Amino acid sequence: MAVHRIEVRPTTDAGDPRGDAARRQAESAGLSQLPSRIDTTSVYLVEGDLDEAAVRRLADEVLADPVTEQATIGAAPAAADALIEVHPLPGVMDPDAQAVELAVERLLGTAVQVVTGRRYDLHGVDADAARKLVDRCLANTVIHGIHGSPWHPEAFESGHAHDMEGADVLLSDLDDAGLERLSRDAHLFLDLPEMQAIQEHYLGQGRDPRAIELETLAQTWSEHCVHKTLKATIRYSGPLPDGERPGWERHDDGSVTVHNLLKSTIAQVTRDLMDDGIDWCLSVFVDNAGIIAFDDEHAVCFKCETHNHPSAIEPYGGAATGIGGCIRDIMGTGLSARPVAATDVFCVGNLDMKDVPAGCLQPRRVLGEVVRGIRDYGNRMGIPTLNGSIWFDDDYVGNPLVFCGCVGVMPRDAVAGDPEPGDRIIAVGGRTGRDGIHGATFSSAELTDTHADEFAHAVQIGNPVTEKMALDAILEARDAEEGCLFSAITDCGAGGFSSAVGEMGEHLGAVVQLDQAPLKYEGLTPEEIWISEAQERMVLAVPPGNVEAVAAICDRHGAEWCDLGVFGSDDCQLVLRYGDHEVGRLDMDFLHGGLPSATREATWTPPPTAGAGTTEVDLESQLLRLLASGNIASKGCVIHQYDHEVQGRSVLRPLVGPLGSAPGDAAVITPVRGSSRGLAIGSGLATGLAADPRLMAICAIDECVRNLVCVGADPQRIAILDNFCWSGVQDAKSLGALVRCAEGCHDGAMAYRTPFISGKDSLNNQFTTDDGRTIRIPPTLLISGFGIVPDIATCVTMDAKEAGNQLVLVGLTRGVLGGSQVLGMVPDAAGSHVLPDDPCEVGPQRASGVHRAITEGLLRSAHDCSEGGLLVAAAEMAFGGDLGLELDPEAVAGHGDLVACCFSEEPARYLLEVPEDAMDQLTGVLGDLPWTVVGRFVQPRRLCVGDVAWSIDDLRSAWLGGLEI
Amino acid sequence: MPVAMIITAPGINCDLELAEAFALAGADPRSVHLNALMEEPALLDEADLVGLPGGFSYGDAVAAGRIMAHLMRATLYEALAGALRRGVPMIAPCNGFQVAAQVGLLPGPVPGMDWPPSAPAPSVALAQNTSARFNDRWVRMRVPSNTRCIWTRGLDMATDAAVIPIAHGEGRFMADEEALHGLEDAGQVALRYAPDDNPNGSVGDVMGICDASGLVLGLMPHPERYTRWTQHPFWTRLPDADRVGDPPGLRMFKAAVEHVCDRSTRSSTCAS
Repeated sequence: MAVHRIEVRPTTDAGDPRGDAARRQAESAGLSQLPSRIDTTSVYLVEGDLDEAAVRRLADEVLADPVTEQATIGAAPAAADALIEVHPLPGVMDPDAQAVELAVERLLGTAVQVVTGRRYDLHGVDADAARKLVDRCLANTVIHGIHGSPWHPEAFESGHAHDMEGADVLLSDLDDAGLERLSRDAHLFLDLPEMQAIQEHYLGQGRDPRAIELETLAQTWSEHCVHKTLKATIRYSGPLPDGERPGWERHDDGSVTVHNLLKSTIAQVTRDLMDDGIDWCLSVFVDNAGIIAFDDEHAVCFKCETHNHPSAIEPYGGAATGIGGCIRDIMGTGLSARPVAATDVFCVGNLDMKDVPAGCLQPRRVLGEVVRGIRDYGNRMGIPTLNGSIWFDDDYVGNPLVFCGCVGVMPRDAVAGDPEPGDRIIAVGGRTGRDGIHGATFSSAELTDTHADEFAHAVQIGNPVTEKMALDAILEARDAEEGCLFSAITDCGAGGFSSAVGEMGEHLGAVVQLDQAPLKYEGLTPEEIWISEAQERMVLAVPPGNVEAVAAICDRHGAEWCDLGVFGSDDCQLVLRYGDHEVGRLDMDFLHGGLPSATREATWTPPPTAGAGTTEVDLESQLLRLLASGNIASKGCVIHQYDHEVQGRSVLRPLVGPLGSAPGDAAVITPVRGSSRGLAIGSGLATGLAADPRLMAICAIDECVRNLVCVGADPQRIAILDNFCWSGVQDAKSLGALVRCAEGCHDGAMAYRTPFISGKDSLNNQFTTDDGRTIRIPPTLLISGFGIVPDIATCVTMDAKEAGNQLVLVGLTRGVLGGSQVLGMVPDAAGSHVLPDDPCEVGPQRASGVHRAITEGLLRSAHDCSEGGLLVAAAEMAFGGDLGLELDPEAVAGHGDLVACCFSEEPARYLLEVPEDAMDQLTGVLGDLPWTVVGRFVQPRRLCVGDVAWSIDDLRSAWLGGLEI
Repeated sequence: MPVAMIITAPGINCDLELAEAFALAGADPRSVHLNALMEEPALLDEADLVGLPGGFSYGDAVAAGRIMAHLMRATLYEALAGALRRGVPMIAPCNGFQVAAQVGLLPGPVPGMDWPPSAPAPSVALAQNTSARFNDRWVRMRVPSNTRCIWTRGLDMATDAAVIPIAHGEGRFMADEEALHGLEDAGQVALRYAPDDNPNGSVGDVMGICDASGLVLGLMPHPERYTRWTQHPFWTRLPDADRVGDPPGLRMFKAAVEHVCDRSTRSSTCAS
């Protein structure tokens, strides 16, 4: 069959925004040779039995818009100095191609295969410069084929049917070195004791494992799937709190053995809080997301994932499949929840970073493509992306962090499900392909300059429409009149079917018929089908009597489904079949219980007490520099690319104020349509305090709570999530810092009474350069949180509302600069460099006080003091509301230094806007809490601190212009 | 209660808020999947109002709304034209507008002419935003005084409440000069962006157009996301004087439901 080539390009009148954008991208990438213009053309290669008239019709009627575009059959002659064409590599998801195939089949009645591509005609550069530009900005060789002329193959590559005999892996004879080599070469990433445990198990069985069994074990035992470091036994030396803790064994030398760090800190605090009166946690740590009660009929759930390693290699696909996977977690929580909001937090190198190591992408490109990935997936799924942040540090250059969160809502009777023996294993959604193989084990690897070549197969492009169809079908099956049609559901994430079926069938066993899975193309081995992490797949346990009804719903939505076998087997075994052959058999007991637990060493030494600096900081210029710095500046260029209105639930959005030009503290949505009960969604990140990971964790919790409280959430109804991203934890110091951080999570959550309900860790975030240098990411803990807003009518935003109102600071400022942004910019800044005090004692009462003030209607606006300190927060309120503000230098400074007090980032502080006539009432509400009137909003649009003054427009411009991508 | 039929399809994702808006306006929203409708176009006979929701139908593959529009042209044009002859109002926000323009429902036949027997070639387009980026924000809107659109007539308001959310990557309204003037003169421009608030490069600041009967409204913004005051982008500071009556989004839906109920022929649908 012939391959037809069709080109579609905009008419001259229509302009070429895509080409203009490509040129702008090249410009911001700092390329020396810039094209004067780039023309873009969409290319469609169509393989199928089509005559000339059909091809013409396809081109003119389907592919080109008659008003704005023109189509060419074949290739138009080169119109510029250089031509480059980019197509997805064979096997890489091509969502547009799938849709065109469907349209052609419906319209012309002919089955075709389509590959899409984009042609760039570049004016004013030669071929070499053009290629460099495409490599830097427009294509990634991990997923794209790049051609120097119009590509028109005679036929597409196709796979061939596979011989299903699985090979044995000769394990029994290997010595330790051989086991380690096998683990690395086969991308299993298991350590020696784990390999030995497997060897021993199979020696007991009197046979060697088959490859598919070994793969299943590697997936199931991967860091990604079982969090083996956080659950390991750790011998820790370092400062510790007094008292007993379940799972702790104290030794005479002062060290302690921690049996399961996760259980003894983060899970323990939730258990203790639930024993102590918190009765609204409905499901914690056992499902794909944590669930809390929302109202009498509804529950809400929250999950946050990272997708760091794939995003390092292919940021667009990595981020898109990151949010896609997190959304599936929500779809696979309990008996499925409806995703109603998404969050995203990125940590990347500084955009102007020099000397980016070989094998790393430019931070500017990483950030741009990560944002594009989240945008294209989240927007297409119809889920508003409502909260997030971006943190810049050059040590993220090799390991950018991409945190994707998703919130769902579900009926309270759908919070749990369990498969029954005899339930059919029904997969719904995308087809299985070779993409994403070894993603789970890959996440356990340390990246190097050659990882892009070695792990290209772990990288994927998503197809959100497939996931949306699956979502529509699953929710219809959940809400069926006769009751939910399935008894359990989970998503195919890391490890693919092997994890999903393996986890669901943990207590039942399962018999899986691998040849039943619909494939993207021929030629997959049974192992590949079993461990593929192809996107957009969900696994349901469906009672046999309901299969027909589920199938009918899926068909109506166009969601593909298949029957992969049955839950339940003799002796609780996992039996894998392909055609008539048994290709694998595993004991569920060994799979889920055989992972050996090693004891790891961890140490932590408190950092030396910081001294003081002497360089006087210029208040006037420093405020503008801070507002324009990446960590503080407006993220508007990112936020506006996300749909934060879809579903019509948004009450407070990321940007607030009359001009939409101020940073809201947290988002608020109405998960239940028509209800006035709201849900606030926020986060806290205190990476600046990484010198003391315990303090960092507590301050991240404090910041998250303050963000939520400032918009109206009830601090008694806040639940939080932890996401650790750490460098290699083989290093005792790094692991010690992790222990210390987990301690902080425990202490902070206990103090604020905010139970952890779900969490995730990503370890091994370090990068080895081609010259052997190791770049470790800063210890990073993201706290995400959501809290109930009893009545959205009481919500408050941070933009100042009215001249004449007082600005009240709740909390005290000592003026210490440790961990602050100003210290990052002026390392010797005058003032004490010690870290701020732990806010556990004082923070919770202040949160309660501010909440009371909000519910009593005393506040016109509220804002937390975070990055940049009090002065930045006050400036944001003023320019957010387009009002002036007179700050009282003496009140701001208290007994400390004015400049240091302006920029100190001490936690547990709030700024409140209070009308004069509410001050008496506020005094009563705040009671014993420390508070001070620090200023007054005024009509003249100036911010004044004593003699120093800024125009509100200058402040806003600095903040708005600080970050462009 | 008049029945509002909402046509969903793979990738459509604004159907629930559209249903809610119709319900708040007093209609009975019913969703029907495009696959079911293509099999049985007569299902449209039930409709007193029709909604083509926003989203990314078929992933907006090739171009926004392209695949869905072609499927509809081939199978549903006749049924849709029939509904319009019956006087059924239709609203098509965002992806719906992109679909409706490519189906040939907008701008439709010139005033005085009937719907042609088969789908006409598109004559206006929603092209990629000049920024080449998806853009989500609230914009200020203006209602042309001569509009014949039954959804937006009389909606003009000169306060901070006269804003509406947009969220799209391909919303640049394109028509040649003659066509644009024709639409303007015929009162078929239903909504405009405020002159300094055009987010995508649309010619003539056109935000939405209607057909010559005024029944079909295609618009890039999402009125269904602005049916409660707490959806306004700065409602926490909006003066009470601006929060009078219903928000403009809901007013559009109410206007269409009232239009249906006012027509004597179908008054029975509104009795309950």
